[in-house]
Amino acid sequence: MTSAKTIILQNGRILDPAADRDCTGDIWLENGIIVPPQQNCPEGCTRFDLQGKWIVPGLIDMHVHLREPGEEYKETVESGTRAAAAGGFTAVACMPNTRPVNDCASVTRLILEAAAEKGFARVYPVGAISVGSKGTGLAEYGELKEAGAVAVTDDGLPVLDSQLMRRAMEYAGSHGLLVMSHSEEIALSRNGSMNEGVVSTRLGLRGIPVAAEAIMVYREIALAELTGQHTHIAHVSTAAAAELIRQAKARGVRLTAETTPHYFTLTEEAVADYNTNAKMNPPLRTEKDRHAIIKGLQDGTFDAIATDHAPHSILEKELEFDRAANGIIGLETSLSLSLSLVRDGLIDAARLVELMSLAPARILNVPGGNLAEGSVADVTVIDPDRKFVFTEESILSKGKNSPFLDWALQGKAVLTIMGGRITHNELS
Amino acid sequence: MNKDYRFEHKHILGIEQLSAADIFHILDTAISFKEISNRPIKKVPTLKGKTIINFFFEPSTRTRLSFEIAAKRMSADTFNIAASTSSATKGETLIDTARNLQAMSPDIIIIRHGSSGAPGLLTRHVGASIINAGDGTHEHPSQALLDVMTVREHKGKIEGLNIAIVGDIAHSRVAHSDILAFAKLGAKVRVAGPATFMPAMVESLGAQACASVAEAVSDADVVMALRIQKERQDDPLIPSLREYSQFYGINRTLLDKYARPDALIMHPGPINRGVEMNPDVADGAGSVILEQVTNGVAVRMALLYLVMGQEGAE
Repeated sequence: MTSAKTIILQNGRILDPAADRDCTGDIWLENGIIVPPQQNCPEGCTRFDLQGKWIVPGLIDMHVHLREPGEEYKETVESGTRAAAAGGFTAVACMPNTRPVNDCASVTRLILEAAAEKGFARVYPVGAISVGSKGTGLAEYGELKEAGAVAVTDDGLPVLDSQLMRRAMEYAGSHGLLVMSHSEEIALSRNGSMNEGVVSTRLGLRGIPVAAEAIMVYREIALAELTGQHTHIAHVSTAAAAELIRQAKARGVRLTAETTPHYFTLTEEAVADYNTNAKMNPPLRTEKDRHAIIKGLQDGTFDAIATDHAPHSILEKELEFDRAANGIIGLETSLSLSLSLVRDGLIDAARLVELMSLAPARILNVPGGNLAEGSVADVTVIDPDRKFVFTEESILSKGKNSPFLDWALQGKAVLTIMGGRITHNELS
Repeated sequence: MNKDYRFEHKHILGIEQLSAADIFHILDTAISFKEISNRPIKKVPTLKGKTIINFFFEPSTRTRLSFEIAAKRMSADTFNIAASTSSATKGETLIDTARNLQAMSPDIIIIRHGSSGAPGLLTRHVGASIINAGDGTHEHPSQALLDVMTVREHKGKIEGLNIAIVGDIAHSRVAHSDILAFAKLGAKVRVAGPATFMPAMVESLGAQACASVAEAVSDADVVMALRIQKERQDDPLIPSLREYSQFYGINRTLLDKYARPDALIMHPGPINRGVEMNPDVADGAGSVILEQVTNGVAVRMALLYLVMGQEGAE
């Protein structure tokens, strides 16, 4: 049974860590799912010769800010998912710190409607832990889940009240929702705008010490142990937190964790001359932390690479450093920066796919992450050799706030297919 | 001075950007200007026709006045804008305000701002020379230069001197610039204060952190106390001014016991008398606190003159 909707990906390097598969071959997509290759090409099918390119399950970014509803001047579901598709992502999980906060079913539905209408990637809304992310009462997880939320977090802010966090883990568990933690001890980070250390001293900026992250990561570990609930630690930036997570996992705590390309690529030195495009929270750390983050990607301490894609306009970034907003965009650079780890021999290609697709799918419990027959036709084709300069003009996100502007990068998604639909194509 | 030397700074954002040769050149220029302030007619035409804007986002008496007097003694036209009278209170951004100032073609903008790095931000958006008159907890270069000038006048040199700086190093842009300036010129800079007042990795600036005031002051040629900010409330740094003065205040007994007999006593002002420095020290032998103020005018005249000599240079 064939139809005009058939897409044939030929002669690529198939990387499917879920099946432990790394071989040259063909992948056939039909009616939105992956099907077995057949003898004859159906009429009207779309064919791509992918010699020298990688065919991988569609990349999934489990941590992005799409800004809709409420801050559409920074990003929309449409612009954000366009950027995602260009970066090789077929799905993103979007954080709830919108206006209003996604703390109820109606906001979740609004996001999903925008995604269905205008999206270029699957969108998985993440609901708030507390009402309005104000850190007091629990949001309605049952309804959030029914509406389509896949997890809860107060991302952007920590949950300061430990009892509330404990209850959130327990109650989210009852509704099959993952709790994602933004781990920050505010009392230590308050008014800080970069890592506390040599550079903050040189620039005269209030620092954010490593302990601000480590203390809260340890609290989350203790609560995960207390409740027995799966807990996910977002955007880990420090060697200290990585070590805590490593030890907790070793003793069987149900924990997963993500880090981002900027933490394994840059250090506090990127802030150099008060570059607000290198300002984010948690902040860029030291070379020692950067190495520890890479080690964590190698040894399984980190399950996933996410971007923490945080678009802002120049209104929030072209300011005095301490007044500028936290956050950088990441969807369109994540894959290239991660591929450099493979080129440098720090992780292998299969591990990269695991970190950027398989693991996020499993953690969020969503479709995709593999190339098995019968799975959704979410596929990314990567040209590992493609060189390009990341220019401001090329950015599809509404945010241009990237510390990687004008970097010469290597490796890129050249074809992105979501549910059998081509969402990004640089091949033809 | 090397014949090939050229002062090549259009902006003065901090001591960090200056070489030892730059600093000596500024000081030598300042010395040549100092005499103007002693004339009956305290005015030279050097900067006639130049427009200088004092753009102050934080309260300041001495620094603002010092820059204004310096500019006027060189015949520049000066204008003062304070944050409370500027559009900053109407929500205009720093960059927008600066661009509007630029549209009126000033030659120099002297800025004081609560955010570290704000003067540098201005240089990217306006064509005028920018002089940093204090930014956040970053730098206060003209203060450090006048401090160095004062010490050099008395000691004849900077290299090899022991400089003790006592107080809130972490939140002091004066300390930051002074450490850099004295260290660049070969002095040995020692800092002391409670650990709550020490920035992370203070040694990276070129200072040696001491466990006690006595240690920092031992054999000191210069003892500088910093103003303790009473305003800081969100961060419990010290229990009380009373206790602070007991353990970290500069008093005569301490100086007599540890410092060199000819040690200079300095303070960037304004002094909390009886807190970081006892009145008998501030007003007593070795105190050069008012000379610092006098030299401030000369140093600022030199800075205005030198950055104007760089028109067209980047």
